[in-house]
Amino acid sequence: MRRQTVAAVGTSVLVLMLAACAHKQPPVARPTPPPPPPPSAPAVAPPSTSEPVTEQPVVPPPPIQEDKVASSSLDELNRNSPFADVFYKFDSAEIDEDARTALQKDADLLKKYPDWKITIEGHCDERGTAEYNLALGERRATTVQAYLVSLGIAADRIRTVSYGKEFPFDPGHDEQAWARNRRAHFVVTSK
Amino acid sequence: MTKKIVCSAALLLAFTMVSLAQQPPSQPPPQQPSQIGATISSGAIGAPPKYAVPDFIAPSNDPTTTAAAKAIGQVLWDDLNFESEFSMIPRDTYQSIPVATSVDAAPIDRWRELGADAVVIGSVEPTSGGQYRVQVRLYDVKSGHSVFGKEYTGTMSNARFYAHTIADEIFKQQRGLNGVARTRLAFSSDRDRERMAGTVENRTVKEIYIADYDGANQRRVTVGRSLNITPAWSPDGQSIAYTSYRRGIPQIFISFIYQGRIEEATKGSQNFLPAWSPDGTKIAFMSDRDGHDNLFVMNADGSNVRELTHSTGTTINASPTWSPSGTEIAFTSDRSGSPQIYVMGADGLGLRRITSESYCDRPTWSPAPYNEIAYSSRTSASGFDIKIFDLGTGQIRQVTFGQGSNESPSFAPNGRHLAFMSTRSGKKEIYTIGRDGKGLREITKLGNNYEPNWSR
Repeated sequence: MRRQTVAAVGTSVLVLMLAACAHKQPPVARPTPPPPPPPSAPAVAPPSTSEPVTEQPVVPPPPIQEDKVASSSLDELNRNSPFADVFYKFDSAEIDEDARTALQKDADLLKKYPDWKITIEGHCDERGTAEYNLALGERRATTVQAYLVSLGIAADRIRTVSYGKEFPFDPGHDEQAWARNRRAHFVVTSK
Repeated sequence: MTKKIVCSAALLLAFTMVSLAQQPPSQPPPQQPSQIGATISSGAIGAPPKYAVPDFIAPSNDPTTTAAAKAIGQVLWDDLNFESEFSMIPRDTYQSIPVATSVDAAPIDRWRELGADAVVIGSVEPTSGGQYRVQVRLYDVKSGHSVFGKEYTGTMSNARFYAHTIADEIFKQQRGLNGVARTRLAFSSDRDRERMAGTVENRTVKEIYIADYDGANQRRVTVGRSLNITPAWSPDGQSIAYTSYRRGIPQIFISFIYQGRIEEATKGSQNFLPAWSPDGTKIAFMSDRDGHDNLFVMNADGSNVRELTHSTGTTINASPTWSPSGTEIAFTSDRSGSPQIYVMGADGLGLRRITSESYCDRPTWSPAPYNEIAYSSRTSASGFDIKIFDLGTGQIRQVTFGQGSNESPSFAPNGRHLAFMSTRSGKKEIYTIGRDGKGLREITKLGNNYEPNWSR
């Protein structure tokens, strides 16, 4: 009951307001004549087959995959190095076929992460003298640096350090250990 | 001033007595002594004189003085034994001989009964302000006269140094020989087991240590938390050049160990293996600054770098050492296909090869009067031995014989001894040995120790 009264009052007010507005409007021009009828089109035969309607769907972008290599800390990166070390024969700094394969992958990685800078450590087995091995480790690291440069890596991204026989990776004293210890080892130093 | 006067008086006394003795040497000594007539000889022709060195006298009887008196006697006996110039009478045979009441009142007759040709009598007394007076006399037992007398004053912080000083003076006076009792050894050691900074691998640092020539007083002189290797004493004994990885890549550092000051002689590319010229003005070293592995020479302050070898490709040139005259440099190169020892002029000209063995490295040129180069030579699949090349005759002789691997020889300044690294104990330790292969002495026991260098 009360709601009806309020509604009636509201309607009356609205009517009055509209009347007031109408009163203030300028005189309306004569209406334009209706457009001429379109020229008659030939009758369209009904399609013999139905036509599929497809709208090109929007494909959402693939979810952003976390690059574990790119996002890891330097220590994590170097603990599980993505680089392949290079191995050598006794008293040699020569880069053989296996080494070239490894270095191609290393170069690809360096191209993928162009901000990375690396140190190449030259290491030797325990059989040579400490002094001469400093030179041999230097040759190994420098030879790898030169090869990476030939593959298109900027020389200023690569620092070389010879550790001679100071830091063997394998503490053993047999052929297997020596073979593991004659290497050029990659360390990422900044990224 | 007082010390000088007393010393002079003592010497005068000694030489006066010598002149009274009028004892011409019955046998010419192997080297010219500084004072003819002061030389004590053996009764037997060709035999070295027999020396006795009892504990020094300690009249004051306080514990420091008594300990010093005992230590000086023992260390002096060891020092005089080291050069094999004298036949040292074992100290445990002296018990029956009464202690001298003063350096000028020794029971010479009793030493004569023991068979001694010479006896060293000394005393230690505290004076004032923590100072001590050490007096010493060397008696010719045959004549009963003192042929050498001296007095020293100083603190007793290192009693051994009095003994070393006395030994060197006796060698000089009796044998015309430059003793090495006051020289020192520098070497690299991993004994601290500290972890190297900035690497994920478990790598242990090496620091430079020094020790007296007999292995006493071992002290660390670098705090690099890094690899500090291949030390080399400057000829004046004031500083040590070495290869340090403190800046990440190997560089030549010079530590002035008595000033606590460090200089970086090289920067940039990799630089290793410093070797001082005999006059101390220049350092030869190995560097990859031209993209290859060559030897260079620079002024000791790092200026005026000149290239000595001009190898290209993967040829190695390493381990430089200077001739005593400073006019030649010996080094290692694999230019023939394996590491061998070569000699060239200090200007890099006039190259000649001197070894044709399996694998040779670390040449070290003997000081005068010997004209020799010692080096490490591969003698088995597992190791090296120390050999010596006589530049006069071209003959090679071996000093060690397959007990472990023996590497990194360094001559004593009088050329009569070598320090080297050996694995004979199962660890890498420093030893000294005579150039005749006799008189092996173990210098280090803690951790592993490498690349000894004997001070001049």
